[in-house]
Amino acid sequence: MSLRRPAKDQPENFEFNSSSLEAAKIMIAKYPKGKQQSAVMALLYIAQKQNNNWIPLAAMKYIAKFLDMPYIKVYEVATFYTMYNLSPVGKYFVQVCTTTPCMIRGANKLVEACKEKISENESELLSKKTCSWMEVECLGACVNAPMMQINDDYYEDLDKEKTLKILDKILKGETPKPGSYRGRTNNEPENNRKTLMDLKNA
Amino acid sequence: MLKDEDRIFQNLYNDLGSDIVSSQKRGDWVKTKELTDKGRDWIINEIKDSQLRGRGGAGFPTGLKWSFAPKEVGSRPHYLVINGDESEPGTCKDRDILRFEPHKLIEGCLIASYAVQAHVCYIYIRGEYFVDGQKLQAAIDEAYEKNLIGKNAAGTGWDLDIYIHYGAGAYICGEETALLESIEGKKGQPRLKPPFPALVGLYGCPTIINNVETIAVVPTILRRSGKWFASLGREKNTGTKIFCISGNVNNPCNVEEEMNIPLKKLIEVHAGGVIGGWDNLKAVIPGGSSMPLIPKEKCETLTMDFDSLMAEKSGLGTAGIVVINNDQDIIKCMARIARFYKHESCGQCTPCREGSGWMWRMLERMARGEASKDEVDMLSDVTKQIEGHTICAFGEGSSWPVQGLLRHFKDEIKKRNKFDPIVKEKKNIPYLVDQHLLDKNA
Repeated sequence: MSLRRPAKDQPENFEFNSSSLEAAKIMIAKYPKGKQQSAVMALLYIAQKQNNNWIPLAAMKYIAKFLDMPYIKVYEVATFYTMYNLSPVGKYFVQVCTTTPCMIRGANKLVEACKEKISENESELLSKKTCSWMEVECLGACVNAPMMQINDDYYEDLDKEKTLKILDKILKGETPKPGSYRGRTNNEPENNRKTLMDLKNA
Repeated sequence: MLKDEDRIFQNLYNDLGSDIVSSQKRGDWVKTKELTDKGRDWIINEIKDSQLRGRGGAGFPTGLKWSFAPKEVGSRPHYLVINGDESEPGTCKDRDILRFEPHKLIEGCLIASYAVQAHVCYIYIRGEYFVDGQKLQAAIDEAYEKNLIGKNAAGTGWDLDIYIHYGAGAYICGEETALLESIEGKKGQPRLKPPFPALVGLYGCPTIINNVETIAVVPTILRRSGKWFASLGREKNTGTKIFCISGNVNNPCNVEEEMNIPLKKLIEVHAGGVIGGWDNLKAVIPGGSSMPLIPKEKCETLTMDFDSLMAEKSGLGTAGIVVINNDQDIIKCMARIARFYKHESCGQCTPCREGSGWMWRMLERMARGEASKDEVDMLSDVTKQIEGHTICAFGEGSSWPVQGLLRHFKDEIKKRNKFDPIVKEKKNIPYLVDQHLLDKNA
């Protein structure tokens, strides 16, 4: 299990704004009547998005009332799933995969780059709150290892130099182009494709 | 090598685009009504004839699973749930289906829903695949627009609604009952079985759960007949499979190949060989991180299917092949996998929650050469205490890779860790407060 604790400084109040409210209603409509609790995961995402990518306790209490379920149940869900950030993260939230398939392709170099550019420690917020990084478990892009995720996007086929360039960009406030950084197409064997060649050349 | 025309996922590398028009050109959604008109029994029998086994890891026969759904819909509605929580290290096949072949999946959902009499289908996607999920959502919207799903879907007379439910970074939600808990809005802790989800599943209703790849191959099987699918591969291990080859190879890639293909051919032909040449190979994890590794000697002749890997005391799992060469420290690789399992244990069963941490810490020390001789056997003992003593298969998944390491590389661990038992050293190690109990002379 992973250890997860809510942040010390918590805002007192939280309320959905109008666009979040609309999104929440769409989510609840996906599930049968009386089973609105199913939408709790989606609503936590919505709250996270509205609140600079982290979920304060006030939001959990709000969602509990919103879905007519006990607060502890929402708290359980929010602390169980690792993608809910319980304390503030950077505007650019860098997650480096370091599980074995990435590790053996040099994920530690990516971690080094993050330490050099962003901060020495994981999950440490820069004073300007622009950027923070952490190591995560397998992100499911193993044939494009090593890779990292910045907010929603995947950056694949990296090495230290390319990572430093990407980090430079986000520190300047630009959003670099996601995808492979060795110029290959998706998951195809680079320069060694032997299948579906008719389609490639079509 | 499998002929291109026999490849089900023609758009695996996105040469053609994943929108509905190009998907229809590839044969998706063509006369879907004719397939459903032949009836439920025909569909299930055809899938049984094809001997399709689930692609999510366990390899359970799909036709059989579908036939477990109650024949008549009672007071409780039926549900179809698609498992796209792909989180097994080494596996990244479902992602390509979600983003490049979404219509194969959606059409498969319609046919499967019809076969098991479900009007609602939930597709569970891991939260990290948000961008890929959006692509699937775009495809679902397209399908609604063209009336391929919704009321009287594709003219079949069957009503079907498809919804995406995002996970949030929990590996355990790939376990089917944990996945159901997660859809119900709880933390993803697996349920005891029985009752099996086919009878008591989502919201207590009959539920059929299938992997993304399993459902996505269904329409093609029905169009080209179960016999065609069964003619590929070998008895009980039929058809094609997307293999993900990662790790120390020259060209890591996803490739669709026939079942029972030799491992060496997969690595040499498609992945461009091991970095440093075949002789530089150390071991291969054949089916995602939870399957025991296989040393080089056995890789020469190994064929990739469920039963032949089972005979090697490993498994096909999700077919995520991780190649490890001699430049890597094999103990460290396995210690990292143990850390993954320590992080992802849901915490429900004590042997797994505590044991996964023990295995990780012991392996880390073994990688550094700080363990004592007797700890190798102790580690083996710990894995045995976890395996089979948990509610779900996570216990096996976390202990098998360690057992694989001990089975094939015990000598290497022993060579690196030559210390006498700590009790003799009289070291002050805080986490061994009871070390005096190990004193065999006492």
